[in-house]
This record gives sequence, structure tokens and C-alpha cells, in this order.
Amino acid sequence: MFRFDTPLNLVLGLVTGLVFGFLLQRGAVSRYRVILGQFLWANHTMLRVMLTAVVVGAIGIFAMRQIWGDAVPLHVKSATILGNAIGGIIFGIGMVVLGYCPGTGVAAMGEGSRHAVFGVLGMLAGAAIYAELHAAMKGSILKVADLGKVTLVDKTGASPWVFVLASAVIAVVVFALLHKRDQAASPGQEGT
Amino acid sequence: MNVLKKPRWSPYVIGAGIGVLSWITFGVMHKALGVSTTFVRVAGLIGSIFSSGHIKANAYYERYLITQAAVDWQMLLVIGLFVGALISSLLGKSRIKETVPELWASKFGRSKAGRYVGAFIGGILVLIGARLAGGCTSGHGISGGMQYAIGSWVFFVTFFVAGLATAFALYGKEGRNHV
Repeated sequence: MFRFDTPLNLVLGLVTGLVFGFLLQRGAVSRYRVILGQFLWANHTMLRVMLTAVVVGAIGIFAMRQIWGDAVPLHVKSATILGNAIGGIIFGIGMVVLGYCPGTGVAAMGEGSRHAVFGVLGMLAGAAIYAELHAAMKGSILKVADLGKVTLVDKTGASPWVFVLASAVIAVVVFALLHKRDQAASPGQEGT
Repeated sequence: MNVLKKPRWSPYVIGAGIGVLSWITFGVMHKALGVSTTFVRVAGLIGSIFSSGHIKANAYYERYLITQAAVDWQMLLVIGLFVGALISSLLGKSRIKETVPELWASKFGRSKAGRYVGAFIGGILVLIGARLAGGCTSGHGISGGMQYAIGSWVFFVTFFVAGLATAFALYGKEGRNHV
């Protein structure tokens, strides 16, 4: 009864994952102490990786859409605001207790972390629990402030480049402030 | 080959790499990076070994296991994620056999069993939160962030603030000495 995706998609997924896993491990964001260091505001590797990925990704995606239009479709998730927010809070608490998110947890297993294995098993249990709760969530939390698959670009009608530029400026300012702060705090090495 | 053996790359290089990887997944594969849906699929596949009737009767599993391919692009991505990190840690000689992290031990002690139970509970919360929100750090945080999706930015900000609050509540500023 279960179907497989096309062989091409499976191979492309595997290659994408290989690169993604390589990068996460090489960037040290698959480390418990780097992730907890971020949440204790002591090590900003995770924020640097995420903001850079967002800005660089956005530049390319909106450039491709400028040239090829909807031949390069977006993949926007639903803005079920209450669900996004409550889910985000539960996720943030869990991520600090565990020390990994789903992707970095799997990458941490790959580099040998033992406790990450129990975290990933917990994630499977969490998925099974949520599957039983989803019908109830759909009738309650996910109905509140459901805006659909909407982006800031749709909502404002502005050019996407306004947001690309704004996010790039914000990222550069944040990086400059963090850099200054790191130099003032300690010359210690980050990210290992 | 030297650069592949350098154990650590700049976070900006890593971030840019993930950004460029997203260009390829969006432009060529028509996909966005994401991870957490795979946990639903794997949980459902494991569950179907024990009670396929129960799994089939659940609309949430039906969507990911029957309507869509059960073994899909993203599931292979997650397998690749494991292997990619393994390869990187071997090439960079940066493998780790962490059982009880220093920070955790400073507060909860050095018991392995205690840490494993803690990690398990943390994992449960992570996936419940991700599925309620509709994505995780990859699908919402990175892929949704770069599309300026409103729900994704709500998730990004709330998980980050909740994480900061939890970390300081559990470990306080002294925790910084252990990371």
C-alpha cells in the first residue's frame, strides 16, 4: 500500500541530504554545546548560519523567479499563526532540553553523538503522539488566525527585493554587532 | 582536498552553502529543505508493522503515507543528512562520542540514563512542536525564512525566544562556563 517516490527524486534527495549533513557537521551546528551556547547567548554560530542561509537563499530564489517566473515555484507553509507560535514555544523548550533540532539531531548521530540517538527516538515518539493529536488541533488551535500560505511579499504587495535588501541589511548589522561583542567578551575560539 | 580535511568552516560559508543548496532544490528539484515530516512518515511506517488498521484510519498518516509517496525525496534527504555528517566528521577527524554534555552534567549530574531520558523527552517536545507549527528549523526557519513566509517567521521568533528563556531558566548565566 505504500508508494515510493520516483528513483530520480530519491537520488536527488539523498544527494541534497549528503551536502546538507556535511555542511551542518562542518559548521559545528550539529554540536550540543554550540546550540546551547546560542541559547545562552554565548556562541552565535547557529544564528550566523541561519541568517546567512536565509539571505543567500532568498537572493537566488527571487532572482530565479525574476527570470523564470512560476517555473520556479515557491513552497510556502501555512500561516496558522497560533499553531506556529505555540508549536514554536514547545519546539524551543524541547530544543534546549535536547540540544538539537530534527536536522542537527540526525547529523549529530552521524558524527557519533550517543545521546542524540535517544533524542531522535524521542522525536519519533513525538511524531506518533502528534499524529494522534492532529485531528483535535485541526479543530482548535490550527483554526485560530489561519491566514493561509501567505508571505510578507503577498501581504504588502511590495517587490520581493525590498525584503531581500532589508534582510541583508539586518543580517550585516547583526553580524557586525555580534563580531564586536565577541571581540570585547573574549578572544576564545568559537564553534569547535 | 585540504579544505575537506579542515575540521571547521566559517559559519558564513556554511550558511551560504545552505543558501546555494536551496537555489538548487527550488530551481531544479522543485523542493524546499525540510526534515520533520520524515519523522511522521517513519513513525507511521513503524506503526503499520504493529497495527496497519490504526495507521490507515488516521487522516494525518493517510496524508503523508498514502496520498503522498511514503518513501520520498525528504526521507532520502534525512538518510543523506546522517551519512553526510558521518563523512564530514571522518574527513575532518572531528568525530565525537558524547553521552552526557558538560552543561547538562553541571545541572542534572553525570548519569547517562538520566541524560538519555532527558534527551528522549526533549525529542518528544521538539517533534510535537514542529508538527503543530508545520515545520522545524529547516522547513520553517531556513526554507520558510528565505521566502518571507509569515508563519515561518512567527515560528522562528517564538522558538528562538522560548529557547533563550528555557536556557536561562535551566542553566542561568553560569551555564556559559560549560559551553
